[in-house]
Amino acid sequence: MKTLRIGSGAGYSGDRIEPAIELAEHGELDYLVFECLAERTIALAQQARLVDPDAGFDPLLGERMRRVLPFVGRGANGQRRRLRVITNMGAANPLAAAREVQRIAAQLGLSGLKVAALTGDDVLAALLRDLSQTLDNGSTLASLGDRVISANAYLGVEGIIDALHADADVVITGRVADPSLFLAPQMFEFGWAADDWSLLGRGTLVGHLLECAGQISGGYFADPGFKDVPDLARLGFPLAEVDATGRAVISKVAGSGGRIDTATCTEQMIYEVHDPTAYLTPDVSADFSAVSFTAQGPNRVLAQDADGRARPQSLKVSVGYLDGWIGEGQMSYGGPGALARGRLAREVVLERLKLTGVVFEEIRAELIGVDALHGSELGSRTDSEPWEVRLRVAARCADRAEALRIGNEVETLYTNGPYGGGGASKSVRQVVAVASLLLPRDAVTLQVHLEDIA
Amino acid sequence: MIRITLRELAHSRTGDKGDTSNISVIAFRAEDYPRLCQWLTVERVTEHFAELLGPHSPPVRRYELPNVHALNFVLPGILHGGVTRSLALDAHGKALGAALLDLAQ
Repeated sequence: MKTLRIGSGAGYSGDRIEPAIELAEHGELDYLVFECLAERTIALAQQARLVDPDAGFDPLLGERMRRVLPFVGRGANGQRRRLRVITNMGAANPLAAAREVQRIAAQLGLSGLKVAALTGDDVLAALLRDLSQTLDNGSTLASLGDRVISANAYLGVEGIIDALHADADVVITGRVADPSLFLAPQMFEFGWAADDWSLLGRGTLVGHLLECAGQISGGYFADPGFKDVPDLARLGFPLAEVDATGRAVISKVAGSGGRIDTATCTEQMIYEVHDPTAYLTPDVSADFSAVSFTAQGPNRVLAQDADGRARPQSLKVSVGYLDGWIGEGQMSYGGPGALARGRLAREVVLERLKLTGVVFEEIRAELIGVDALHGSELGSRTDSEPWEVRLRVAARCADRAEALRIGNEVETLYTNGPYGGGGASKSVRQVVAVASLLLPRDAVTLQVHLEDIA
Repeated sequence: MIRITLRELAHSRTGDKGDTSNISVIAFRAEDYPRLCQWLTVERVTEHFAELLGPHSPPVRRYELPNVHALNFVLPGILHGGVTRSLALDAHGKALGAALLDLAQ
């Protein structure tokens, strides 16, 4: 029976590149998928595109492609297993990204490489025709006004499958649901029907397990003495060997770092899942509740018994909007009495912000090393005082000028605050918030671009 | 009776979607799973994270995955705006599961 080999080359936009190249070179892959779009990445990319019409795709696209394109296709002598690449690195501008890939291919002397771009996820113009629509956070599009900067529908497998039928070697998308990037090649290669919900559920499990790359092969896992992971600095990214019935074995390139076993697979299966019987994607409502994992040797795990039911009727749309500025300042205290001095510094800053009338919508003042991650209740479960603490004050303000005053006020602790404050830092960043709404499927028009890219 | 912490029986991973965290608790050994089911009630987990959830968060939910001897807790509202607008140092809540592992029996 035919076995398909799919690798995962990135778990987020800034991810390591070497493990992806290791997979391309030694994984004997049919497909290498790069998942690089977090919730708000596309909104930030949309802002970049407004400034420069040729921008708005993943900043690491060029470097990744320069390294991986030499392994794409069948190789110079046509003898190699054919590798194709699927990625959402197109972000807010898949067409410009595809042109960039063609340019790099030409530079590398790779002729005949087919690059496809998928568009249709950008639904901002369509949404703005009906401003009465309500987002999941309770606001209407009308109330957000011109602060709305992007609206992208989570697409499913359709466009990618079309691009693969058109024989594309590299498929560049914008917003596509993460598991769909992996499900599409399985449906294309095995000819699974778009309403064979059980198979789509199994293929979605494969996508879900792979989409965060190193998170299933030992990343986000090590806890020394309890859960040890060898060679994290050389963590290998995962690949799946899938058959036509949707049975999948998760593994990695021999000799790479990390570990893949039933424990890492179970953690990743439940990651970002709520009800395990209904993991919703544009393609299927996947059911992971009866999945079992079986070790098949070192760093090889069989995943089986995922299921699925009919896909949701609507598509989820992520709306990006500008939501003020976050100003932040930090200062450290160490040695005997550090905790008391950190607390004093916190009181001083909060009082100063009041005295000087700084206007903010929400504020947090915490001591890193004590209560910043888990709050003061959980933070007081330890019976020893920390040797050092770091004050962190952060506030969200409507205006940038107000946000700047937060960090400045923390910095003035140097000469006006408690004894021994050191290492001040301050920053201001614009908040690009994301909310969602549902859109009927027929409001989205997919288009696969091949020859018309240039 | 010897005090035993959750960390000795189980491992955990935290994920985020919008305003909501989900925290998995996975028994190292399948035979400990029934004990986790009995011990880690919704009430127990809610109480542990009471300060972080605040008074207005919707109820915590628990899902069972017996085949992989795991529980999945869903905690809506605990991320106070979610990764895009939260003021938290750990806006994703990546470190939350580690706090749960300190539960003792």
